[in-house]
Amino acid sequence: MGKIVAVTGNEAVAESLRQVNPDVCAAYPITPATDLMQRFSSFISDGKVDTEMVLVESEHSAMSACIGAAAAGGRVATATSSQGLALMWEMLFIAAGDRLPIIMPVVNRALSAPLNIHGDHSDTMGARDSGWIQLYSETAQEAYDNAIQAFRIGEHPDIRLPVMVCMDGFIVSHSIERVEYLEDSEVKNFVGEYRQVNPLLDIDHPKSYGPLILTDLYHEYKRAQHEVMTKVKNVVLEVASDFEKLSGRKYGLFETYRLEDAEIAIVILSSAAGTTKDVVDRYRDKGIKAGLLKPRMFRPFPYEDVAAALRHLKAIAVLDRADSFGGYGPLFSEICGAVMSMDTKPPMINRIYGLGGRDYMPDQAEKVFDELIGIAETGKVGAIKEYIGLRE
Amino acid sequence: MTTIPLRLKELSRQEDRFAYGHRMCAGCGAPIVVKQVLMATDYPIIAANATGCLEVSTCISEYTAWKIPWIHSAFENAAATISGVEAMYRSLVRQGRIDDRQVKFIAFGGDGGTYDIGFQSLSGAMERGHDMLYICYDNEAYMNTGIQRSSATPFGANTTTCPAGEVIPGKPQNRKDLTRIMAAHNIPYAAQASPGHWMDLMKKVRKAFEIKGPKFMNIIAPCNRGWRSRTDDAIMLSKLAVDTCYWPLYEIENGVTRITVKPREKKPVTEFLKGQGRFKHMFAPGHEWMLEQAQEYVDREWERLQKEAAFWAEEEKAE
Repeated sequence: MGKIVAVTGNEAVAESLRQVNPDVCAAYPITPATDLMQRFSSFISDGKVDTEMVLVESEHSAMSACIGAAAAGGRVATATSSQGLALMWEMLFIAAGDRLPIIMPVVNRALSAPLNIHGDHSDTMGARDSGWIQLYSETAQEAYDNAIQAFRIGEHPDIRLPVMVCMDGFIVSHSIERVEYLEDSEVKNFVGEYRQVNPLLDIDHPKSYGPLILTDLYHEYKRAQHEVMTKVKNVVLEVASDFEKLSGRKYGLFETYRLEDAEIAIVILSSAAGTTKDVVDRYRDKGIKAGLLKPRMFRPFPYEDVAAALRHLKAIAVLDRADSFGGYGPLFSEICGAVMSMDTKPPMINRIYGLGGRDYMPDQAEKVFDELIGIAETGKVGAIKEYIGLRE
Repeated sequence: MTTIPLRLKELSRQEDRFAYGHRMCAGCGAPIVVKQVLMATDYPIIAANATGCLEVSTCISEYTAWKIPWIHSAFENAAATISGVEAMYRSLVRQGRIDDRQVKFIAFGGDGGTYDIGFQSLSGAMERGHDMLYICYDNEAYMNTGIQRSSATPFGANTTTCPAGEVIPGKPQNRKDLTRIMAAHNIPYAAQASPGHWMDLMKKVRKAFEIKGPKFMNIIAPCNRGWRSRTDDAIMLSKLAVDTCYWPLYEIENGVTRITVKPREKKPVTEFLKGQGRFKHMFAPGHEWMLEQAQEYVDREWERLQKEAAFWAEEEKAE
């Protein structure tokens, strides 16, 4: 059992990277992830890690250098946010397409325009289809735990895919929380030695990375990529089970809170789930059967498992901290996908909250639950998609 | 240390590290450049390649022409990609997890991937000081996508995005002098070379590999499709580019400029231009000013380079 500390999310994730001790890290600073890499840089300056740091001139080059380093044959990490992730966009697909297990904490932040440095999920939702595994974290503890597990998941021989570990900008990245650290040796043993697969640095067995593949095989290549994604779920659960043995902390594909006998529920990602759980408790005290589902693994999305967990509900609200202008929020679309398989589909609404760091307050969750009570009674849904927490 | 003598007989006996059978156009200058670069050394080499003609034609589906470890990831990032490979090499050697076998790192990019879209990534990698050699095979336009102008396209050239029309007769601007810009990064070695002067090119590659840190070589690579020249003219044109001082062969080593091949007699630039369809309109009546302007530019730049080289020659004498 390691130390119990009071740290920010950035600090906790930087500590996880120190403990994992990647071979190469290429990064470019961006608010609110800057602090994470600054802390990691000081580990390098103080000789606490063996990592070769490549301080590049842009996020595009950060991901490009990570791709080169991962193909070369070693453990690679970086971190970013918002515009930085957007600038990497092209390279995200290449990291995944080349099956390179790069681990990237992403401190979720809004996208321009207008410029905004605060937390929402627009950045990683925009990277949803890039072929990366995505894990979302509610707290600094979860971000720390997810980051450590991400190395095992991404580097698993059956998977070999890059992983984003998402936490909310400022709300988690800059807030001090109680975090339990594992011992250095525990983390080292948990992630294990890096296993090279077709390393470029094996000069006696030259490999070519990044070929041109046209109409003859591209289609099959992409299907193969999807098939790998279907294997991720079991690996995530297997790694979570090992992690629980080590830490006593339990992780799954998603977390449920008082959902088993609930009649109405909110589905929500990351830090806002904490606020929502408090409101669930208040409604339970009033005798209302409210519950919550918080996805942890967003890519690949566990449709069947989520459907099984939501099957018994009378009304569901999916809250998105990102939008698809002219469409439904990204999380809502996934829940619709999950509900598709049900014989009787519960009525659902989509509420957009907290964009650009707008505070998500308990009264917003209360209004949503109140609306769900009405929907559960009548079976009637008014507007499917609406914004909440707007200034009047 | 590379030991094979730079003589055709010995070089021809070396095992190819860039195989035949690739799908570059007949008569293209780029694969000749790659062959000469790889033949110049017997160090183990790992290469990155920017998206472009060389990349799309040498590694298609299940085939590869590269007998060395090779990586392509995107268009604008060959320098950043190889810097990641080099960083991993340094990390694993430092940690004692692999042996230091004096591996050398090369990035190949065309002028699009180097002068333009890859310029930032190149500049960053050079500033960070990676132990790498960046090689630009400069065919003076975006040839892979169908002969669009680049910042390496010379004044007056007819390309598909600056066609010689009724009002605008080809590219209005002069080319960017990238070799000088790279030298201005104060890297230990920057040079220009031409496959027509293979001995000079290979000597430069050898020299570059003996220098620790970031190196840059700009190598002219005629493209008969884009230059609208004969299929078998690549070497002749790459020699004429040197003889007319359109593409002077020089190196800047630790800030000291040296001209490595001085033409015995400087030929008029029209000698280089006239064999190429992309400059045909410049020879039409009424367009004499274009030829004059092209000559003036070459003269001015050649004059400047000579002065610079003379200055350093004096300095070295004084020492």
